[in-house]
Amino acid sequence: MDRIPSGMRFFVFMKLIVNGEFFEASNAGTITDLLNEINIAPGQVAVEVNLSIIRKADHSTFRLHEGDKVEIVNFVGGG
Amino acid sequence: MNDNLIIRGIEFRSRLWVGTGKYKNFDETRMAIEASGADVVTVAVRRVNIIDRKSENLLDYIDPGKYKILPNTAGCYTVEDALRYARLAREAGISDLIKLEVIGDEKTLFPDTLGLLKATEILAKEGFIVLPYTNDDPIMAKRLEGAGAAAIMPLGAPIGSGLGIRNPYNLKIILETVKLPIIVDAGVGTASDAAIAMELGCDAVLINTAIAGAKDPIAMAGAMKHAVIAGRLAYKAGRIPKKLYATASTPFEGML
Repeated sequence: MDRIPSGMRFFVFMKLIVNGEFFEASNAGTITDLLNEINIAPGQVAVEVNLSIIRKADHSTFRLHEGDKVEIVNFVGGG
Repeated sequence: MNDNLIIRGIEFRSRLWVGTGKYKNFDETRMAIEASGADVVTVAVRRVNIIDRKSENLLDYIDPGKYKILPNTAGCYTVEDALRYARLAREAGISDLIKLEVIGDEKTLFPDTLGLLKATEILAKEGFIVLPYTNDDPIMAKRLEGAGAAAIMPLGAPIGSGLGIRNPYNLKIILETVKLPIIVDAGVGTASDAAIAMELGCDAVLINTAIAGAKDPIAMAGAMKHAVIAGRLAYKAGRIPKKLYATASTPFEGML
């Protein structure tokens, strides 16, 4: 198979489900990439991929795959 | 003398804990918390809004360096959900504290105590400091103690009901039989309710709706602060026994 030219890879969309919604990530290699794309500061969020929590320390190395179900949560008001 | 509450080595400056739900906006939340003097604030775990990224974050208004953040598992109706939310909360936050809720019924929001017991046991083994929200049931409180809870949070009345301390006698039995700190969670409607809980000897009170839902939440936060302090002082001072008939305060001696 022909190799995709390196200049093209930023236009390859990855279909994910993020917080229950279909999401086409333009540059999602890792969780850090995804958080950057959505413009979420990594500080006070927790990320779950396919029901497994991915620790903050692993965000920059954990690679996402087509069809992954990603949950990104934070703290909101509550009693 | 220092009368601060200590749970698992964590020292708490205030015996009033407050929730952060139901406020009009984050500014009001921040001002009410300040007026309450609380150093514990509860929060919930929910999805980040990925569409509208302009929406502000609660923690921009509540400095985690100044307040102890106590996440809850509100809205969880199964053990599995409660465990999932607790673990996400620990990952999102900075401590092992969790206010564990396993809710049994939508209308009453009473806890499903069987599920609660199971979840408490699992999370305690995982190193969480588990504060379970439970009924005012002395037997279940004992069971939760045995399961590894760090404190017990019995309800005074249903969440958000404002009905006050409906069963002070059960709370007294829990206070006598359970060695852990007892924190009344839910039911307080106004300052006197908070004072009653503290006069009984409870170690702290958690209040959300009674403050956030008051006409003037910031003024009510101040009222609750004083009520909790007054109730604690009265408990420590030791109240007089209740009697049916009068005892004169003024001496007969010297009367004409």
